[in-house]
Amino acid sequence: MTRLEVRDVTVRFGGVTAVNEATIAADAGHVTALIGPNGAGKTTLFNVITGLQKPTAGRVFLDGHDITHTPTHRRARHGIARTFQRLEAFGSLTVEENIRVAADAIRSKNAKPAQVTRELIRRIGLERYAGVRADAVPTGVARLVELARALAIDPALLLLDEPSSGLSQAETAAFGELLRDLAAQGRAVLIVEHDMPLIMRVSDRIHVLDRGVLIASGTPGEVQADPAVRKAYLGEDEPPSDPNPTMAMPAVVEMDEETFVATYAGTHAAPPTRVAEPAAETETETESEPEPESEAESEAVPESEEPPPSPDGAGPRSGGWF
Amino acid sequence: MNIFLTYTVLGFVIGASYAIAASGLVLTYATTRIFNVAHGATAMFMAFVYWELAYNQGLSDWLSVLLVVFVIAPLFGALLERWVIRRVADAGVGVTLVVTCAVLVGLIGAAEKIWPPGVHSVTMFFAGHGVRIGKVHVSGNDLLTIGLAVAAGAVLFAFLTFTRTGVAMRAAVDDKELLALHGGRPHLMAALAWAMGSALAALAGILLVSARPSDLNYISLTLLVVNSYAAAMAGRLTSLPRTFIGALVLGLLNAYASGYLWTGTAWTGFREAIPAIFLLLMLLLMPQAPLRVGRLSGVAGVRTPEPRRIAIASAALVLAVVIGNAVLSTVNVNRMALGLCFAILALSLVPLTGFSGYVSLAQFSFFGVGALTVAKTHSSAPTALLLGALLAAVAGILVALPSLRLQGLYLALSTIAFAQIMDSMVFQNPSLGGFGGSLRTKRLDLFGYRFTSDKAYALLAAAVFCVIGILVIGLRKGRYGRILIALRDSPAACATLGLNPRLARVAVFAGSAAIAGLGGGLYAGLQNQVGSTNFQFFNSLPLLLIVVCAGVTSVSGALLGGMLLMALNSYPSTQAYLFLILAIAAVGLGKQPNGIMGWLFDLRDHPVAGRLGFGSAGLARSIAASAAGAGTGSGTRSVGKSPVAVGDNAEAEA
Repeated sequence: MTRLEVRDVTVRFGGVTAVNEATIAADAGHVTALIGPNGAGKTTLFNVITGLQKPTAGRVFLDGHDITHTPTHRRARHGIARTFQRLEAFGSLTVEENIRVAADAIRSKNAKPAQVTRELIRRIGLERYAGVRADAVPTGVARLVELARALAIDPALLLLDEPSSGLSQAETAAFGELLRDLAAQGRAVLIVEHDMPLIMRVSDRIHVLDRGVLIASGTPGEVQADPAVRKAYLGEDEPPSDPNPTMAMPAVVEMDEETFVATYAGTHAAPPTRVAEPAAETETETESEPEPESEAESEAVPESEEPPPSPDGAGPRSGGWF
Repeated sequence: MNIFLTYTVLGFVIGASYAIAASGLVLTYATTRIFNVAHGATAMFMAFVYWELAYNQGLSDWLSVLLVVFVIAPLFGALLERWVIRRVADAGVGVTLVVTCAVLVGLIGAAEKIWPPGVHSVTMFFAGHGVRIGKVHVSGNDLLTIGLAVAAGAVLFAFLTFTRTGVAMRAAVDDKELLALHGGRPHLMAALAWAMGSALAALAGILLVSARPSDLNYISLTLLVVNSYAAAMAGRLTSLPRTFIGALVLGLLNAYASGYLWTGTAWTGFREAIPAIFLLLMLLLMPQAPLRVGRLSGVAGVRTPEPRRIAIASAALVLAVVIGNAVLSTVNVNRMALGLCFAILALSLVPLTGFSGYVSLAQFSFFGVGALTVAKTHSSAPTALLLGALLAAVAGILVALPSLRLQGLYLALSTIAFAQIMDSMVFQNPSLGGFGGSLRTKRLDLFGYRFTSDKAYALLAAAVFCVIGILVIGLRKGRYGRILIALRDSPAACATLGLNPRLARVAVFAGSAAIAGLGGGLYAGLQNQVGSTNFQFFNSLPLLLIVVCAGVTSVSGALLGGMLLMALNSYPSTQAYLFLILAIAAVGLGKQPNGIMGWLFDLRDHPVAGRLGFGSAGLARSIAASAAGAGTGSGTRSVGKSPVAVGDNAEAEA
């Protein structure tokens, strides 16, 4: 079911066209990725979807209803939640209070905000930071706070803006599991991300933006094969230099876009098809235990990988966040 | 036709002085992004310096003008930038407004000290000279004013457009670091801008006093230049040409209003409110600023106290009042009660400014609404107090509703406009006492007990303060408090969580105004009479300054603030010391936004000093330690087990 549809949206800032007649969709139960080089208009599109930015032209639909002119807070009440690329956690509040604000915001849905808050803290693995002010936690943790906060309003459509930056590799892997989990619960997840291995692993569908124009849409395999995408990322049509099948690549190498093309361009490996049972898919890729939707299980996931030392200097952490 | 021409000329002259003052304001704001509330006070002070040189020291008029405009005022502006403004340049709007408020209050205090009240008259320039346009006589002084405005505008425009320094000055606005990288000197540019701004203020001040010799007065001259805020807003604080046009329109409006509006007393108020209405309109016409995203910001706050500490502190306050009643003279008991009424007023700023980050300069107007309600109903029933609070809340909603789109500085300016409109149209209305008049009030009668003695009244005020203080702390700990702080930290994120930022803002303005109104009602009862001058907009400036310096994030800060405000009112001789303390605290706000109470709380939390009892001696201990800290700090909720929790902060900062 199409949960979100962005139709022919154009955003102009003065003379600059940030987004040009872009049309994308995100389905319930799926992870949809929005990728593109810096300045492609991804965050602008997120702002349009959440109502923080008025589009110059075009419309936005949620579950078939036109929400183009709906104020941001009403969209949230209709089930849209997001995280921010540049952090927007409430710095003067503790991590717990950050989540509680959101849980309280939709009290009609959350019978017990305090309990919802506690559960999210446990599920995202923020126990150690619960009482710490959000402006005092490491960046990666602050991103997770934003994620937990967004989840606290129980969104039907979750927009994640570069959520994995600042996470270690083990954490990123666990994060991928969480994304699949969230989609399996029936949510539509729309994610902007630069971590290509992660995107290729978890997405059902990928939209590629370049300088505000949608240049490709399709499954991870289709997108990787698309010459326009290669051109956008590399600036030229180059024959594939590395025939490695994409999906065999474990998520242990941090990649920027260029590495992505060098690694993946032209590979025709079949992408995972996720129509039936998402949990089964993730299983094959991360070598983890079978993944039912229980939280106790997901906490065990990082154990199956060797947790490398945190590269971002965030200090010692427990095995994983999820 | 002649009358029309006369008023047109008058409008041009008024507009010209506004334009000169406003262009200085625009220059400093455009270069350093700091709105100088003290711009008018600078004009006033420099006009006095001019008077001193020309009339007291016997220098020639022209030499005095040159000395003031080209030497003394620029030096003052540059030093102000170097020692004060630079230290708070990166702090929020709240802090910079408070710091420039401190400069304003300090300048007025200094002027009163140096030139004690008396006759300071100044004659016109070119007295006796002039030209005739048709049948209208235009004095030499008027021509000079218009000519200087045109010259100042042309010189400024040329300077900013064609000279290297001028261009660098404009670059400093956009990106200080970038300018520095490219060999520019942003600090020098800022100092230069402030020097030029002061010079323009001085010029405007001198022209204003020479046009209307009766205006050499500390307050009215300061406020007269406040009108130039309106003109500066017409240029959105950045465009000089639009500022000049705005100043001209405002000047003409003023002139025609005094010429053509009915002369009834009700219209007098309207006439005086014209600049404020103009300012409000300009603010409302501002384009909607998009919600800012892209920062993880937190404001340092103080810890919220445990219920036990709240109880101890409340008891301590009541005990202190009982002891005060026993040992103090009647006059001082009355002052203590007055301080408590002011403390309730100060408390109204805690949720509004302390938690939500909105700067309001209309608090004394809400206070006045409460006081006038009690006076007009002429009732001693508690319902009069509550009605006053309710009406004040309505006034609060009236302030909040039109300015919903405004943020930071513009919101603060809209509260100034509102307060000025209230001043001239409501408080000075003849049916409410009129200018300089007063209304008699009655003391509260509660369940048959009449609080006729000041001692009983002091206890009543203390009790009300404790109750509201506890409510404020409860607010901070609860859902709405979190929402207010979340809204301050990131309105955009709040909106994406389904919170309606507008509703919350209207609610907090209404609540804050209600608290102020209640304080005003109590104040009216205490004083036995109230007059319009008690609630002048001007009083809200020292209120904001004192409360923010004392600690606007905590209930104990409000108590300290109320007492300081009372001291300022009741002991004029201490003013100089108070201003000194406030000036230091204001500059320290860049480092410690929780003010004096913030320093005290830190001392308490200091592992060594805390144990030795610093910052927690005697009464100060109970009040400082606990009544206090409804704040934005690290949540006590998570610490739970250790109520004192010195380690708590350490963990939060880890």
